[in-house]
Amino acid sequence: MSIQDVSPCVKCYIMEVQPNETLTNLKAESDTLKTKLEDERAKLHDVELHQVAEKVDGLGQFIMKTRRTLKGHGNKVLCMDWCKDKRRIVSSSQVSVWIIVTFSEEHAVTMPCTWVMACAYAPSGCAVACGGLDNKCSVYPLSLDKNENLAAKKKSVAMHTNYLSACSFTNSDMQILTSSGDGTCALWDVESGQLLQSFHGHAADVLCLDLAPSETGNTFVSGGCDKKANVWDMRSGQCIQSFETHESDINSVRYYPSGDAFASGSDDATCRLYDLRADREVAIYSKESIIFGASSVDFSLSGRLLFGGYNDYTINVWDVLKGTRVSILFGHENRVSTLRLSPDGTAFCSGSWDHTLRVRWAALIGIHIFGTRGTVV
Amino acid sequence: MTIRNVRDHGQRFRPRMACLKKVESVMLEMQDPKTGVKSQPQRLVITTIPHAITGEDIVAWLTNCYSIETEEAWALGTMLVAFGYIYPLQDHKRLVIKPDASLYRFQTPYFWPAQQWPVEDTDYAIYLAKRNIRKKGILEMYEQVQYNSLHKWMNHKWDFIVMQAKEQYRAGKERKKPDRVVFDCQERAYWVVHRPPPGTVSAMDYGLERMVDPNTEELVLCLFSLFSSLVKYSVTYNKHDPFLAPCLPSNPWVTDDVTYWLLNMANVEIPTKMRVERWTFSFAELLSDPRGRDDFRLFLKKEFSGENLAFWEACEDLKWGTAATMNDKAQQVYKTFLTRGAPRWINIDGKTMEVTVKGLKHPHRYVLDAAQTHIFMLMKKDSYGRYLKSPVFKDTQKRAICPDQHMFSVSQLEANARKRRPSISPIIVRQLEQEERARMATSGPVDITQVMSKLSNKGKEVPPSKK
Repeated sequence: MSIQDVSPCVKCYIMEVQPNETLTNLKAESDTLKTKLEDERAKLHDVELHQVAEKVDGLGQFIMKTRRTLKGHGNKVLCMDWCKDKRRIVSSSQVSVWIIVTFSEEHAVTMPCTWVMACAYAPSGCAVACGGLDNKCSVYPLSLDKNENLAAKKKSVAMHTNYLSACSFTNSDMQILTSSGDGTCALWDVESGQLLQSFHGHAADVLCLDLAPSETGNTFVSGGCDKKANVWDMRSGQCIQSFETHESDINSVRYYPSGDAFASGSDDATCRLYDLRADREVAIYSKESIIFGASSVDFSLSGRLLFGGYNDYTINVWDVLKGTRVSILFGHENRVSTLRLSPDGTAFCSGSWDHTLRVRWAALIGIHIFGTRGTVV
Repeated sequence: MTIRNVRDHGQRFRPRMACLKKVESVMLEMQDPKTGVKSQPQRLVITTIPHAITGEDIVAWLTNCYSIETEEAWALGTMLVAFGYIYPLQDHKRLVIKPDASLYRFQTPYFWPAQQWPVEDTDYAIYLAKRNIRKKGILEMYEQVQYNSLHKWMNHKWDFIVMQAKEQYRAGKERKKPDRVVFDCQERAYWVVHRPPPGTVSAMDYGLERMVDPNTEELVLCLFSLFSSLVKYSVTYNKHDPFLAPCLPSNPWVTDDVTYWLLNMANVEIPTKMRVERWTFSFAELLSDPRGRDDFRLFLKKEFSGENLAFWEACEDLKWGTAATMNDKAQQVYKTFLTRGAPRWINIDGKTMEVTVKGLKHPHRYVLDAAQTHIFMLMKKDSYGRYLKSPVFKDTQKRAICPDQHMFSVSQLEANARKRRPSISPIIVRQLEQEERARMATSGPVDITQVMSKLSNKGKEVPPSKK
């Protein structure tokens, strides 16, 4: 950097240097000043998301109602996932895995297992994967026969050296992505159980993962007890981006629907939004009154709303663009442990340690959307 | 749908970037409280404008800072005004520096010109509409002409525009008067720069578009534009979000009526208008909806370029498929699409072909990545645009249905609730698909597009499941 590139205020500073200073010292000084100038310039670019969103309409008041309450697990619900048919879910608890056709509230299948912390529905809807304290992820092909013993046909796919915290099928039934308490994530071939790729980089338990939504995407994001959220390239196993701004364990990560950003929920009682192209955190969703950790997050279809399930039994709904809380939902009688939007965005399901799963819909007050005459259902 | 509009000075590869960065660093220095241009509140008509600076102060500062002659400083100052970083408080349409006591202000960074964020006609329409609301007849002649023209070609979203304008106007009224005056000045200045009056020279004019995207070299990314794209996504999908806008005819979870799901099944003959609208948002959106993909496939067939989509699908199948069948699949793809004289030969550039063929000697699941990306971009940049203008799409669009909203009485809702039934099990759906595939396989050489389109017509005549 030549002396001409430096602003007048900086020039003066350099001129005051003592005669016995060496050239290297001077260079070091000017480098520091250059960084400071860059920081200043960057600050000018430091617009906040909510400022850019100023022109966008604010959200009004919401009504959110529970449409289905599914009891029957008889135990803490730990995880759930939707089937692509938008009506069925798989949910897991400390002692069993249920497949439920939530729309008609029909329990389809029960499988006794122990401490199943992760479960996922296959894209075809014909199998589910689950695992937990057994350090494994197993795939169960489903059957039309309700009485069939599914455990007999189960296939062990993933083997970790510690508990399985999360699992997800990729774009087909043939591959599964897992994350584990052993600090790694892994991609497996279902048919053979072969390890296709492993992902090392977290310094502690990995608690969650989410696949990128884009059509040509080959990346996923994971969050861990090391407070880091890492973005991985599935092909090479490389960690391509890392974000470390949370102050505690990251319990849940979810991509923004466009795939350009992702949200995280953490034990530090905040949810945060990270933009992948800006390579930094761009919003924090927090309130002084929210003290307990967020266990699970998901976006609404347009990405405007962020639903967060918290350890204080509530669900907070955030306006992603404006950074404000739009609504707080009560109803669960213990921690909310899992929360997912249905595949077409018409409802979301939350599972809790109070043994229930609740499916809720929502509507902005003032928009005539109920399709009902008379009372709100 | 990307509508190319010369007025918004291009969507990509505008080559103005380098100077914008430099100007911004100058602006930073000019606004330094100690060594920048000295500013003071000035009384102007009946209001007091904070932080106003005079033209002669600006020129003097530039002269000093860069050790240049007054004339050169004057020219530089004019460029700063022409680009919209400084704006005049009087005679606002003339973007020049007058080296006298004429007053100027620094433009807020929110309104600075940005490379990646094109200045949209929608925003201009909202701005003009807002001014119209404030006081009818206030628009200048050239603005009125623009307004009429925008009204004509943006007719389909005019309600949205008027709504936004009203909202902004209302929000503006709630501000304190001095803030409002300042904001109005800033906004007006912004639009003078980006929608200049006729006959004036515009600094935003940059000549031919470049072939190379300067944005890829950018290290300090403009957050403003990134945030804007997040905001834009949400706003675009707002009407499609069941939490923010009504599902037509009704949300099944609310009314226990599943018409919404039936109308939006993967393989319906006639899609809904909302669904078709989503296909216009992006190519990825079109491809990810099976019905949309079918429509696109039909279009490609008529253009005799169906092999591109077939190849892309084959690559996806390879990537996400079972490890055991991978080798065979890769060879099959090579024979069908890549080798010389292949039945469905795809057109990729020499280098990509070379890399792909070399990789196929030791195939792995990502061996076709380069070729797949090339074909994807080809479809996205070329076929997709033509598809949206094609008779195939226009016909689908015309036939698309828009169901009326349900109006159920309380007793009807109760009846709906009683009639809830589980849907077809996905297992049955898959069985049917497999049977269909088997039937196709036994009937001679398979044209993959025919298999896919036949499959897409199935799925409706399924037997009711056992309870």
